[in-house]
Amino acid sequence: MTLSILHRGTGIVMAVGLLLLTAWLACVAAGPADYDRFAAMMSTLFGRLLLIGWSFAFFYHLANGIRHLVWDSGRGFEKRQANASAWFVLIAALAVTAAFWAVLL
Amino acid sequence: MSLRAPLGRVLGLGSAKDGTGHWWAQRVSAVALTFLGLWFVVRISAVSILDYGKVVEFVGNPLNSVLLTLLCLAAAYHSYLGVQVVIEDYVHAAGPKVVSLILSHFAHIIVAVVSIYAILRVGLGA
Repeated sequence: MTLSILHRGTGIVMAVGLLLLTAWLACVAAGPADYDRFAAMMSTLFGRLLLIGWSFAFFYHLANGIRHLVWDSGRGFEKRQANASAWFVLIAALAVTAAFWAVLL
Repeated sequence: MSLRAPLGRVLGLGSAKDGTGHWWAQRVSAVALTFLGLWFVVRISAVSILDYGKVVEFVGNPLNSVLLTLLCLAAAYHSYLGVQVVIEDYVHAAGPKVVSLILSHFAHIIVAVVSIYAILRVGLGA
């Protein structure tokens, strides 16, 4: 239940976050000076938190999206299965986000 | 101009008026993004993201340029479909609804075009 609205929430976060991906690519195209300014902005505490939130939204939406695709195939609707996959999605999203930043930092 | 009879055109469309088209497009772009998104995070985590030269090398690599373009297209499309549903669910007044749908439509097209233009600029070395 909570996970369902979280799917929508993370989707909106990424819709807005798409601007960040676009800004990143535009700055790569614009040249080293603009890129360094963008990189410096993203290296601040606020920028970091933004990126960590973005990445969690991505991994959560990805994991829960796959869960939805499985449901679309007509499988996994038993209460026990749905509860188990909910926990799996939540833990996987947190774990992969942590692993991603462990590699990055 | 369609040769289909008016009855044939509306049968099975339901109250949303577009049948399963939107639902299906959302699923297809989701499947594409599963692969493209995973590719991106795996590859980008291995790039020294603060090093401008390394980033240009990554984006400018031909295979990466193509996959990044596909990623941006699929992401913008999937996001457009998702935001459309959110607007339709929460914005009820006709005026604001149409205006926000059009704004979201424009914004997503701009995001896609700017991203792809930037990728091509780097990839083609302009």
